[in-house]
Amino acid sequence: MLLLGASGSGKSTLLTHIAGLSDDRGGGESEGDLRVFGGAPMAARPRTAMLMQDPESQIVMSRAGDDVAFGLENRGLPTDEIWPAVRAALQTVGWPYSPGRPTDQLSGGEQQRLALAGVLALRPDLLLLDEPTANLDPDGADALRAALVRILETHPLTLVLVEHRVAEWLPLVTRVVVMAEGGAVLLDGSPEAVFVGHDELLDRHGIWTPDHSGRRPARPLIAPPVESVIVAEQLSARPPLADRPIFTRLDVTVRSAEALAVIGPNGSGKSTLARLLGGLLRPQSGEVTASEALAPGHAGSVIWRWPARELVTRIGSVFQDPEHQFLTGRVADELALGPIRAGLPETEARRRATELAERLRLDIVWEANPFTLSGGEKRRLSVATALATAPHAVILDEPTFGQDRRTWDEMLSLLAGLVDSGRAVVFATHDRALVDALADRTLTLRSPAEV
Amino acid sequence: MHLRAPALANPAAFLPAADPIAKLGAAVIVMAVAFASRDPVTPAILLAGEGVALAGTGLRPAAVGRLLLPLVVVATLLGTLNALLAGTSAVLPTDGTADRVAVGVALGLRVAAIALAGILALATTDPADLAAGLIGHLHMPARLAVGALATLRLVPVLAIEWQSIGMARRARGVDAGRNPLVAARLAFTAVVILLVSTIRRAARLAMAMDARGFDSGTPRTLARPPRMRRTDWLLLLATAVLGVVAVAVSVAVGSWAFIFG
Repeated sequence: MLLLGASGSGKSTLLTHIAGLSDDRGGGESEGDLRVFGGAPMAARPRTAMLMQDPESQIVMSRAGDDVAFGLENRGLPTDEIWPAVRAALQTVGWPYSPGRPTDQLSGGEQQRLALAGVLALRPDLLLLDEPTANLDPDGADALRAALVRILETHPLTLVLVEHRVAEWLPLVTRVVVMAEGGAVLLDGSPEAVFVGHDELLDRHGIWTPDHSGRRPARPLIAPPVESVIVAEQLSARPPLADRPIFTRLDVTVRSAEALAVIGPNGSGKSTLARLLGGLLRPQSGEVTASEALAPGHAGSVIWRWPARELVTRIGSVFQDPEHQFLTGRVADELALGPIRAGLPETEARRRATELAERLRLDIVWEANPFTLSGGEKRRLSVATALATAPHAVILDEPTFGQDRRTWDEMLSLLAGLVDSGRAVVFATHDRALVDALADRTLTLRSPAEV
Repeated sequence: MHLRAPALANPAAFLPAADPIAKLGAAVIVMAVAFASRDPVTPAILLAGEGVALAGTGLRPAAVGRLLLPLVVVATLLGTLNALLAGTSAVLPTDGTADRVAVGVALGLRVAAIALAGILALATTDPADLAAGLIGHLHMPARLAVGALATLRLVPVLAIEWQSIGMARRARGVDAGRNPLVAARLAFTAVVILLVSTIRRAARLAMAMDARGFDSGTPRTLARPPRMRRTDWLLLLATAVLGVVAVAVSVAVGSWAFIFG
């Protein structure tokens, strides 16, 4: 069963309630009756298992086998029965390593498959999946789905899945339930019954349909000139905590009026490259320099050496986690901060902030604390803050990560608008649909193992 | 900021393979003897014994060097400082220079012997084994031991996040430049953000653990029950002998001084 809904419809909350994991002590309210296997969700917990979005916070132990064993230890299984069960669970998910494999040496996709083995070892009758592939690259996501298909062939279990993107999951799904904002059930039925003939309704609620693909707004008749903006030569980088470089001797040129997509598997260095091109990180070797178009009179200057206040007027960077970038307690201040830091007079900074807020539908939360916004609003705010200083180049890390369809569509037209106005746009992503719709050029990074 | 666990060259070497609680016990014996003595001879003999134990860590010499370098620096500094200041101390009234040097050397050796015992035990122990040992031998509540273990796994994640916050701020046009006051204020707000995200992450981890029955109340079993083997008892015995010999030799050469003596 596939559970769909707009941001804020409470899909994940429902899932934690079914799993018997809701915590009423933390405030919040719940009412109504929920029965799992004919009883209270809490009592049904031995028969339910749940796989969550973030692989990093689901692994408990430092070795793969120990981690799968963790649930079995909690069940009180005798020691000599634990290891055969661990091996069987690892085999079901197609585990390519030994059980002794350290968990901190796994890619996101491998961690997620390990977490799946950990819950399957408990032989659940009901498996709850909360956006299990959101953090994974396409290959990792395919491997996880393949493991699930194999499991469904041999174990007759009930699957409840929360996802934004539906096309890849359809082969596994026999029933689709669509929730509206606020939690009401909009549609409930087979995939055909739900998706055929309800385009307009689903569209209005910002829900992904299997055949939805974004269309870029038309390009302007007179295209702005394409010229070099940032030049990276012979770049090598090592991410924090890694032993070896992720890429070596990489040459990249970022050009104005062009969208450059950076793709590649988890751990191939997309985020690191985005930070290097954004002047936020010093490369291990090689240089990232500005072209004349980016810094008139300073062509060839090394961008990681620039003071922050000069950097923001030329390059805007948007991080994957918007919260890392928030510095004030009000949306209005957040938007005005960059321009003020860059030396603009207060009134001009406020004017720009107001204009951006209207363009990105942030005026309704003008007085709100950035940390209290919804996921889509946080994303729009983090992009807006990067645009507030009118930079010539904008670099984004996973700009569509975890967004519902409405925010996705908005992000696409916003980025296309930047390109059409002559800005350089670089985006690192797993999102094939975004690459197809937006990218003028694509740079593919390989996984470090292949280098 | 770079955090990396000391790589064990050979997990099958004597100390890495030994029972974690036996190692902890051995370390406690050495620490107690070193703590009780105030003379240079006792810790010197203990250090010699620990030197032999280093061979059992299975660490490559370069890794051993990395482990020992900070220890040597700190012990030397402490010893030197004490030698210089010993005359002013009320606890250790001394006058002659030779006495001062002896006090400094003794203190340096003691600190080194105590610290090295801890390093030997912890650097050769997988945290997961230590947790199993604490639950299995010492009957520590699993909630505490496994919880601490899971938290430990999040430490490198924290380091990465800290770097990321710093860069995200530079991207907003905010950096401290050369102003230490601004730097302190920025660091404080970054710590708050880190704290909030850590609490959320910990809550998610706790939920994932409970989803796998950690809070079910069923008596837990252990996938790797710790077992004291003969070699583990031997390790404890050898350490006890080392302690006795160290004190005996010290007394025999007339150097022994009890800490409260």
